Amino acid sequence: MDRTWNNKAWFMVLPVLVLVAFSALIPLMTVVNYSVQDTFGNNQFFWAGTEWFEEILHSDRFWQAMGRNLIFSAIILAIEVPLGIFVALNMPRSGWGVPVCLVLMALPLLIPWNVVGTIWQVFGRSDIGLLGYYVNAIGIDYNYVRDPIDAWVTVIIMDIWHWTSLVVLLCYAGLVSIPEAYYQAAKIDGASRWAVFRYIQLPKMNRVLLIAVLLRFMDSFMIYTEPFVVTGGGPGNSTTFLSIDLVKIALGQFDLGPAAAMSIVYFLIVLLLSWVFYTVMTNYDAER
Amino acid sequence: MAELRDTLATARTEAEPAGAPAASANQAAVARAMRRRGDESRFWWLTPTLYIIFLMLPIYWLINMSFKTNTEIVTTMTLYPHAPTLRNYQIIFSDPSWYSGYINSITYVVMNMVISVSVALPAAYAFSRYRFLGDKHLFFWLLTNRMAPPAVFALPFFQLYSAFGLIDTHIAVALAHCLFNVPLAVWILEGFMSGVPKEIDETAYIDGYSFPRFFFKIFMPLIASGIGVAAFFCFMFSWVELLLARTLTTTDAKPIAAVMTRTVSASGMDWGLLAAAGVLTLIPGALVIWFVRNYIAKGFALGRV
Repeated sequence: MDRTWNNKAWFMVLPVLVLVAFSALIPLMTVVNYSVQDTFGNNQFFWAGTEWFEEILHSDRFWQAMGRNLIFSAIILAIEVPLGIFVALNMPRSGWGVPVCLVLMALPLLIPWNVVGTIWQVFGRSDIGLLGYYVNAIGIDYNYVRDPIDAWVTVIIMDIWHWTSLVVLLCYAGLVSIPEAYYQAAKIDGASRWAVFRYIQLPKMNRVLLIAVLLRFMDSFMIYTEPFVVTGGGPGNSTTFLSIDLVKIALGQFDLGPAAAMSIVYFLIVLLLSWVFYTVMTNYDAER
Repeated sequence: MAELRDTLATARTEAEPAGAPAASANQAAVARAMRRRGDESRFWWLTPTLYIIFLMLPIYWLINMSFKTNTEIVTTMTLYPHAPTLRNYQIIFSDPSWYSGYINSITYVVMNMVISVSVALPAAYAFSRYRFLGDKHLFFWLLTNRMAPPAVFALPFFQLYSAFGLIDTHIAVALAHCLFNVPLAVWILEGFMSGVPKEIDETAYIDGYSFPRFFFKIFMPLIASGIGVAAFFCFMFSWVELLLARTLTTTDAKPIAAVMTRTVSASGMDWGLLAAAGVLTLIPGALVIWFVRNYIAKGFALGRV
């Protein structure tokens, strides 16, 4: 849509600007402030320059948490996106099944994140949980509290359970927006099931898939509550993702300087990713 | 006036989901059958069913546990409560420190919803209708806040709201959640508003409508579903967030999700009570989801499908 040039539109944006500035800019400035200072308590601060940043960027702990986060994001994307597309393709398109599917599938998305953690913490326990009990009963030694691999599997299955529906819903919305005529044409041409998917459905889902992939990547990159409740970052440090580590340093040990420096590095990475997201999205819009 | 009514009527028909094009009934039926079943397999229902079972199992287990006594939970493995009890729910509904958690959560969620949608409405209109200095940068900046990890903001929020004396109030949590909900509401509303043809605005102005009258009388009814979806998403993300809500509250405004952690006591976990509290947190979400079921996907796509 062609929009007219009107700088007075700024007045309409002003309330949003003030509100978000209050809850984003001021806290961010506080973080910047801490990241270049050192404190010995009693609210006495000393200039520390880039010391904290150097410490963070040279610490193995930070890079390990970052690595875990990237591996986690890669795994869940590799599972959730194909699974989501597959489920969406097989969903009913009309009749009573549609609302039932939509509501039941969206349900995990509306559960408070720590309740999601609690549900899986209980569900996976080998003494009182359905999953843990029966997995152990068929002879697989499964204990997410002690074994790092089991902990990872639990956290990944939990995330698939929690968020695959997002991909399903988005793909479904893309699929139902395909006009009937496309399918008629495919039928007349005798196109195979695969050809219909590859040349009609997939291109039509492009845009929503992009949103799905990027939202899932961002949200998994800042995951905190669910793994914290289930594993608390353990066993050892095996499921300590960036957010968990950050909260540990900031609110647990109250090391303001390193925590602030880490926040900034973390935030810059997210900013870079958002920029890529935004550019890809707007370019895509321009091409349409 | 008549002209305006015509444009509105066209807009409404355009907003309706596109019906089947004028093809022969037979062809349409064939195509519909293809769409409905995906492929020619008779087992198309298998995938959704299995997937839904996978989704429901952990939830079933939670509900199941909430009706059990702690002895039954810990000592035996039962697939359904053999001695069903309402004791867990009774505790929650009779103890103010429990049920006030729900009231607190709902209070700040509703506050946040109202604030977010009302400030986002004019902003989204500005983004969808006008170009202005720095509009693209501003939109991007809003987006970055949706993507900002709450963990980064936990500590500075605590200090900021302490400085304003807002700690442990509902408004503090409502304002903090605006950080990610306002950008989201702007995005969703902008997507819906861009779907309304601009001719409607112009016709209304020609017919002598003032801006506020046009906005409330004509424009808002047209994007009513968008407002509903934006409100729903604000509700949802405020309802599920805990890190900030827990950091900013201590007792008076403590959300239910934080109260739940009380079940860990010296005498061990009160699993039944924990499960009952968890089940009760599912209900508001399940209720509101019904109202927006046809628009959920569009909302997640930020109004752009």
